[in-house]
Amino acid sequence: MMTDLTNLTVAEIRDGFRAGDFTAREVAEGFNANVAAAKALNAFIVETPDKALDAADAADSARASGDLKPLSGVPIGMKDLFCTEGVQTTAASHILEGFVPTYESTVSGKLWAAGAGMLGKLNLDQFAMGSSNETSYFGNVISPWKRNDGGNAALAPGGSSGGSAAAISARLCPAATGTDTGGSIRQPAAFVGISGIKPTYGRCSRWGVVAFASSLDQAGPMARTVRDNAILLEAMSGFDPKDSTSLDLPVPAWEAGLSSDLKGKRVGIPQEYRVEGMPAEIDALWEKGIAYLKDAGAEIVEVSLPHTQYALPTYYIIAPAEASSNLARYDGVRFGLRDLPDGAGLQDMYAATRAAGFGPEVKRRIMIGTYVLSAGFYDAYYTQAQKVRTLIARDFDRAWESCDLLLTPTAPSAAFALGEKQADPLAMYLNDVFTVPASLAGLPAMSVPGGLDAQGLPLGLQIIGKALDEQGVLNAALAIEERAGFTARPDKWW
Amino acid sequence: MSVDLQTVKKIASLARISVTDGDAQAMVPELNNILGWVEQLGEVDVSGIEPMTAVIPNTSRLRDDVVTDGNVRDKVLANAPQAEQGFFAVPKVIE
Repeated sequence: MMTDLTNLTVAEIRDGFRAGDFTAREVAEGFNANVAAAKALNAFIVETPDKALDAADAADSARASGDLKPLSGVPIGMKDLFCTEGVQTTAASHILEGFVPTYESTVSGKLWAAGAGMLGKLNLDQFAMGSSNETSYFGNVISPWKRNDGGNAALAPGGSSGGSAAAISARLCPAATGTDTGGSIRQPAAFVGISGIKPTYGRCSRWGVVAFASSLDQAGPMARTVRDNAILLEAMSGFDPKDSTSLDLPVPAWEAGLSSDLKGKRVGIPQEYRVEGMPAEIDALWEKGIAYLKDAGAEIVEVSLPHTQYALPTYYIIAPAEASSNLARYDGVRFGLRDLPDGAGLQDMYAATRAAGFGPEVKRRIMIGTYVLSAGFYDAYYTQAQKVRTLIARDFDRAWESCDLLLTPTAPSAAFALGEKQADPLAMYLNDVFTVPASLAGLPAMSVPGGLDAQGLPLGLQIIGKALDEQGVLNAALAIEERAGFTARPDKWW
Repeated sequence: MSVDLQTVKKIASLARISVTDGDAQAMVPELNNILGWVEQLGEVDVSGIEPMTAVIPNTSRLRDDVVTDGNVRDKVLANAPQAEQGFFAVPKVIE
């Protein structure tokens, strides 16, 4: 019997397809079948099997004519935050339900130009606001993982890129796009035992990505291996004149540069990340990570990031402030939902449309953002937060005087059950405690699986690097990947 | 600082989100919980610190002052809830 092609990594699909071991169509058909059979996970908002097949047929023809592209033969999932021409794009919101972009986001366009095919649009937290995928208008994504305690609790896949995480872990796609504003690639990757990298702010164009908090939003790949992340990130990155914060720099050959030899590298362990009440298992995982990196030749040093405790409150002022401004565009006039009560005027229409179209968490953040930006409170909240953000970024700059990379846990716990943290927004926000600081400083950061906890659930380790040193981040993650030997996968129940 | 019912209604009005009295009432403790938590930032000494403007140093770019886009009226209107005669249509604003 032929190998199940849906168990292959991106690199294995690319190389096997090139070698003629199988056709691109066989690969696309395999993943299409897995997607169709996994409705119980609710990972996709829209499935696009024909798009996957079209790209596969183009790849098969290209192979015949010797005209292959970097991702020819590789189908992927697209987070439903990227505008895709002719395919509904909702940001998992009711207010954008039925919105069919007439243009393509830069990042998705680059992936299609590189030969990749689209399996569908992946579910997420509404407007990427959430850490559990419970704020989607289109329903929760269910993690493919279960605890090994015999219970049957439905677990959160993490968020906001929860559909991407669940789909990759369940072999519905070999890789997917994610976006990360405060941890939305890294935390879900950790929860389902895959890898994901948020590159330096400005590496990937934000053009055509539904905006949440523009000074923090960054796209990045999610996949099962570090190599696959390097491959995808190369295709997604690059200067875009249409994004004013895009970095005008060449894209490094990250895949070719992969090396798990860390001799000469100093890895910092930030003492402030040893937070109170952290489960012993997370601490043990961190120690394992330290041992892996030492074994790879790195020198371990203790460092201090003194303003770490202020990162979350800083984030929860800046991100809602930017969101309240960005989401002002949803007014029932130009696209998406319109709610026009009988006899209503224009202002009533705006207010009714937004009340009907936004979910509770989105409204909460717009309200907070509106308040902190309002006259009389701006300096006390927003300006103060931007100053503290400067201090948080400076902490990292000082750390780089004694180390090249940082190692931390990705999240303070393994995946929690759906519903478990929903009642208390603050408890949910605390999930991002380890991922938010790098976002505020614009630094590249990656989660890589480190092992399983006692309940059989994946735990992730995070590598944070200097600005533009994605290579250093990928290489340290590779060193962990090689030593952790993480091969666990969820038993199929869906 | 904390918000009361009247402030929540005012914020909702600024944010153009219609709320019932019940919605607004429920938001009072929720928002106060979050605001109370973020207020710990007030204890950070920020004297002499500039607010962050660009997280990664980048230079502002100029481009040639030429038309590079446009003539896509139908595409712009394609997703409008109501479009008439090449325009976005809204409820009557002026009596």
